[in-house]
Amino acid sequence: MKIKDTLENYIFVLPAVSIFSIFYIIPFIWVFYLGLHSWDGISFTKVFVGLENFKEIFLQDKNWWQSIYNASYITLIALTFQNILAFMLAWACDREIKMKNFYRVIFFIPPVLSEVVVGMAWRFIINDIDGANIINRTLISLGLGQAAHNWLSDPQTALTTVAIVHCWKGFGWGFLIFLAGLQTIPRELYEAARVDGASAWQSFKKITIPLMIPVMVLVAILTVLGTMQVFVLIVSLVGGEFAGHTSVPVLRILASMRGSSRFGYACAQGITFGMILIVISFIQYRFSKKGQ
Amino acid sequence: MLFKNVLLGIFVGFSVLGCSGQKCDTKPTITIWHWMTDRDAAFQELAKKYETLTGVKVNFELYDPSDAYSQKIRAAAQGINLPDVFGILGEKRDFASFVKAGHILELTSYMEANNNSWKNSFFPKALAVNEFVSNNSYGINPGIYGVPIDIMTIQMVYNKKLFAQLGLNPNHPPKTLKEFLDIGPKVKASGMQGLVSGWGEVWMIDCLANNYAFNIMGKDKVLATIKGQVPYTDPDWIAVFSVFKQMKDSGILADGLVTMINKSAEQLFANEKAVFAFNGSWCVNVYKGMNPSLEYGAMLPPQASDKFPMAIWGGAGSSFMVNARSKNKEEAVKFLIWLSNNDQQTYLAQATNNLPANKNSLSKIPEILAQFSRGMDSATHPNIWGVSEFSPVIETFDRGIQSIIIGEKTPEAVASEVQNVKERQIAKQKAQ
Repeated sequence: MKIKDTLENYIFVLPAVSIFSIFYIIPFIWVFYLGLHSWDGISFTKVFVGLENFKEIFLQDKNWWQSIYNASYITLIALTFQNILAFMLAWACDREIKMKNFYRVIFFIPPVLSEVVVGMAWRFIINDIDGANIINRTLISLGLGQAAHNWLSDPQTALTTVAIVHCWKGFGWGFLIFLAGLQTIPRELYEAARVDGASAWQSFKKITIPLMIPVMVLVAILTVLGTMQVFVLIVSLVGGEFAGHTSVPVLRILASMRGSSRFGYACAQGITFGMILIVISFIQYRFSKKGQ
Repeated sequence: MLFKNVLLGIFVGFSVLGCSGQKCDTKPTITIWHWMTDRDAAFQELAKKYETLTGVKVNFELYDPSDAYSQKIRAAAQGINLPDVFGILGEKRDFASFVKAGHILELTSYMEANNNSWKNSFFPKALAVNEFVSNNSYGINPGIYGVPIDIMTIQMVYNKKLFAQLGLNPNHPPKTLKEFLDIGPKVKASGMQGLVSGWGEVWMIDCLANNYAFNIMGKDKVLATIKGQVPYTDPDWIAVFSVFKQMKDSGILADGLVTMINKSAEQLFANEKAVFAFNGSWCVNVYKGMNPSLEYGAMLPPQASDKFPMAIWGGAGSSFMVNARSKNKEEAVKFLIWLSNNDQQTYLAQATNNLPANKNSLSKIPEILAQFSRGMDSATHPNIWGVSEFSPVIETFDRGIQSIIIGEKTPEAVASEVQNVKERQIAKQKAQ
């Protein structure tokens, strides 16, 4: 009877497990297998090269590490500027302000837009050659003509410009999660603090921040995982890797696959990238645990 | 009982009729996957025409953009699920991989039948892109493996109206690099943009750099470099890299060129904001759609040297291959013979403003397209050289030129970097 019950349970989960295995587990293992081979993505034969692909990534591929640096730079700006903005806006919308429902809707529009659309729209706004050059024209009209610049075609500013556009697109997700977190804080705590004579800043420091730490950790982990994988926005804003200045890991993987027909190497890059993200997430998690 | 027998009889009757219907339908359907959005309507018309003539249904399926098409073809190849006819986007080594994996039917016997009638209808350079010669470095049996559908050349175009505004003769575009560079300061002073091209997509940089390499050092030395016999630090290669530095310094290059995609470059030229463009002959159809009144001419890239002729990339623009495992191989070949004959090629050229692959179909093409076709005499293509450069070397080469244009690196530094990567790739190849 017990065996029969167990078998019945397994039969019920079998379809889901099968689908999960076919579309997640097997490809995951296959990527590791391909990473140990040299393969052009077309031939039926694959040449086993062992750890040669990984050796090349760690010891020879400077372009790969530049892409990791660029993605980390965009992520750092997202973790700071984007998430601080998202938190402050969520905090403002959590309070009793006019038109807060309207703001809640508006702030959530950028994240739901396609990255291609966002990139093309911002390229049109920023670019002075094939765009409307709105930013520069505004600066000139405000008497700040010296600040006008080729934001996207100057290697010094291209990556930062991409990061800022990414923040514009991405802050809505953080806003939503922070808002949900703020709304779970019992109002009685603030009332009790007010009765005890705490100022707004003290309430914020002693009640809001500590209770929001788990939410902040979640947002930080999601920000890192999402931002490190950005690439569509870069292609639609800048056209490509711009001599390496806007190169990111996903574009390097695509270049290995499509440009060089080195599927085995691309898989090795994917595995390396995945490991880096796991390590970063683990460090963040441990850091947050210590903080709590 | 009677009712049951009647029902059974009706059932049997329908079954027999149904089977009879299937037995009558013996004509196959040929499925063709392609990526050419500008030609899909024309292909569909030709498919209808072919079905009317022969009863064979041809199913053109469009998958775009070309990146997505390329991935679809590779995935289908892995699943041995390719359509009857398809194209391959990529380098010659990718083409070779498909042939080695048994996906592509060799067409030599069909091409040479009836006294080479099919073969002789094509421009030789168009066919050469689809051919593997004896002793090729890819290890493929010599033969023809694809059918060119059109030809293309990648050249420069110039706006005649803007030329006149700059005080230049619209009928005499620059022939030498010096003449070209001298226009730079005039362009800058006028507030116009100079040369536009999709150099955010690095392959177009590679194309122009190779053009100048052929012009400065000749074909043999370029191929010797690819074979590893000549280093990229050779003075001739530094001269090639220096061409881009000179262009940058003269102001002839448009602002933001290194982040420009080709679509943006086409829009800038069509909207008369740029004096020059570096683009392929497919641009004729594109410019016509964007600005039918645009007055422009085609020209070869201005020569940097008198030692060797300027070469441009040209040859087969798009080609179709027959799936070697297809059950409809013979019908697929017959369709491609029909598609590449004079009438159909003339129709395609007129409907889509692309150069025909059939050399007998040039008589009714527009003048601007004819200017592009004259560039075929100077055409070459990496796919006919018989050797391929290592992909990491090409990437470093193209990125290096981008770095020269944005003023980050010198030609010498780039040459050294490219040579380092080349030496590493050669060592790796020897170790394997």
